[in-house]
Amino acid sequence: MGKLLEVKNLRVSYHTYAGEVQSVRGVDFSLNKGEALAIVGESGCGKTVTAKSLMKLIQTPPGEIKEGSAIYFDGKDVLKMKSDELMELRGSEISMIFQDPMTSLNPTMKVGNQIGESLMIHRGMSKNEAFAEAVKMLELVNIPNADKRANQYPHEFSGGMRQRAMIAIALACNPQILIADEPTTALDVTIQAQIMELIKDLQVKLGTAVILITHDLGIVASVADKVQVMYAGKIVEKGSRDDIFYSAEHPYTWALLKSVPRLDTKHKDLLYSIKGTPPDLVFPPVGCPFAARCEYAMPICKEEMPEVTTISEHHQVSCWLKHEYAPKIVKPEGIGGAV
Amino acid sequence: MEEKEVLVEVKDLKKYFKVGRKSILKAVDGLNFNIYKGETLGLVGESGCGKTTCGRTVLGMYPASGGEVIYRGINISKGSEKDKRDFTRKAQIIFQDPYASLDPRMTVGDIIGEGIDIHSIYQGQERTNRIFELLELVGLNKEHASRFPHEFSGGQRQRIGIARALAIEPEFIVCDEPISALDVSIQAQVVNLLIDLQRRLGLTYLFIAHDLSMVKHISDRVGVMYLGKMVELTTSAKLYEKPLHPYTQALLSAIPIPDPEIERQRKRIMLEGEVPSPINPHPGCRFAPRCKYAMPECSTTDPEFKEVEPEHFVACHLFNNK
Repeated sequence: MGKLLEVKNLRVSYHTYAGEVQSVRGVDFSLNKGEALAIVGESGCGKTVTAKSLMKLIQTPPGEIKEGSAIYFDGKDVLKMKSDELMELRGSEISMIFQDPMTSLNPTMKVGNQIGESLMIHRGMSKNEAFAEAVKMLELVNIPNADKRANQYPHEFSGGMRQRAMIAIALACNPQILIADEPTTALDVTIQAQIMELIKDLQVKLGTAVILITHDLGIVASVADKVQVMYAGKIVEKGSRDDIFYSAEHPYTWALLKSVPRLDTKHKDLLYSIKGTPPDLVFPPVGCPFAARCEYAMPICKEEMPEVTTISEHHQVSCWLKHEYAPKIVKPEGIGGAV
Repeated sequence: MEEKEVLVEVKDLKKYFKVGRKSILKAVDGLNFNIYKGETLGLVGESGCGKTTCGRTVLGMYPASGGEVIYRGINISKGSEKDKRDFTRKAQIIFQDPYASLDPRMTVGDIIGEGIDIHSIYQGQERTNRIFELLELVGLNKEHASRFPHEFSGGQRQRIGIARALAIEPEFIVCDEPISALDVSIQAQVVNLLIDLQRRLGLTYLFIAHDLSMVKHISDRVGVMYLGKMVELTTSAKLYEKPLHPYTQALLSAIPIPDPEIERQRKRIMLEGEVPSPINPHPGCRFAPRCKYAMPECSTTDPEFKEVEPEHFVACHLFNNK
């Protein structure tokens, strides 16, 4: 089967007064039709930049997608597309929902018109047709009184409803890929549960592939088919959801899994915490970016970037511990789900 | 059961804000709870439920609209100026946003030293030494004292906020969402610091957060708030094992657990709709319109907040006859 999306050696830099920040440093991944991929990592690890690059939404300058990067959508290189082709791609084939629903909606435009906008552009609908379709979209995302709501402005919506409206905008043209960039970070848990349920539902109903960017491993566990863990602009480990949660191989993934308290863990023990902070990407480390914070670090880790080791068909990890000469490390306890 | 010393007693605490001419926003509406010495009381709820207002009103940062806060037997809300001043030496707060809560034009040393100066605890060299000691206590260095807040990362700033709170040797600290602005790996560092300081200095915390798994981890007892009311209060183990109030049950089931196997088998209790506005709330139980067990009396009478099992308080008509 043809892959819907294939990213090869994506490198993105930002030119700032402090120097060139290498946000994404060589990322490869692919996405099949209807799949849900989660990109996990801390702030500043390049998750959002990776996602934005998929639609070539990196502003140049200061941003720059480096030579040699390639992103194939349905066989065509997005990075080589002309602006009218990009226009066709954005909103129609790939669309994105953002973290903060308030700042990403237009406050001076009725919600119905905002949803209809892309239908008028991509589907050539008249204003009235688009508005009628917008009402249907609002119903699809479970907004009560959709016909009334379509005539309102974003400030009349609550946070959860704004995010639903955003999803309606993103899905209006029935795109192949929906990119959700921390869609629930600004929302409360009960609303978060509603929104995630909705995204899961629509993924099944419409067959849309989803790229979910998040730092919440709980959400990943409930939604994703595949997971990739990013650190300092690189993918350190990727695999199926169960690979990552039950048989993770990278110390950073272990640390991430261990440092979140769970509802079913013991009380008031010290949490596992990763010492220090992520590296400065103006001067990215030569070796493994996690080496400085890794408790298993060896001399080689600081000198050379580890190769990608393939563990099973989909499970890949970049770590020197996988080298045949490396000492065998017993995975720390408390990782790998139900005890 | 062993006798526990009550440090803070909150009785029928109310805080109303006027919005517009006729409307009243009841941010905190009749809270009753005790905080025992040396414990961590967690306070959870969705945004707008009055957690932060509760914390600030307990400290007297907002004058209460009604009710009392009694600290070690002294009524702070009605006490003399001296009582209030003494209380401010014993109680401190750590704020949510480490970017907004530090004055960008003050050095870290002066930020930490401000409380020491106000209460004239130390002068001169002693003051400097105390600031160095505090910086080291929270995992920073002496050299950091002469720097400005913008030179620090979020986690480090939160450490400065903690050092400032500790400067006057308080007994009681309100932690108002101290970790929600931080990254996962940094959150663990700050929470560990708070747990460690509590063990070493015997501090008492009122820990406000919306991250229920973190609250469970750090708290001895947890109170759940909904629209200005406390709906349930019990030990953290009991709350998570056997939540009684329908709202608590829904809230707990909404939290995703980082384990695919468990997630696959879990049944979520989905709440319909969203939290209604706390402006002119309707009578009766605040949760009634979203509650699937709602009975006729729920929308007319306010349920009483009472102890249905030892150490387990709940405000719900379902538990009236127990």
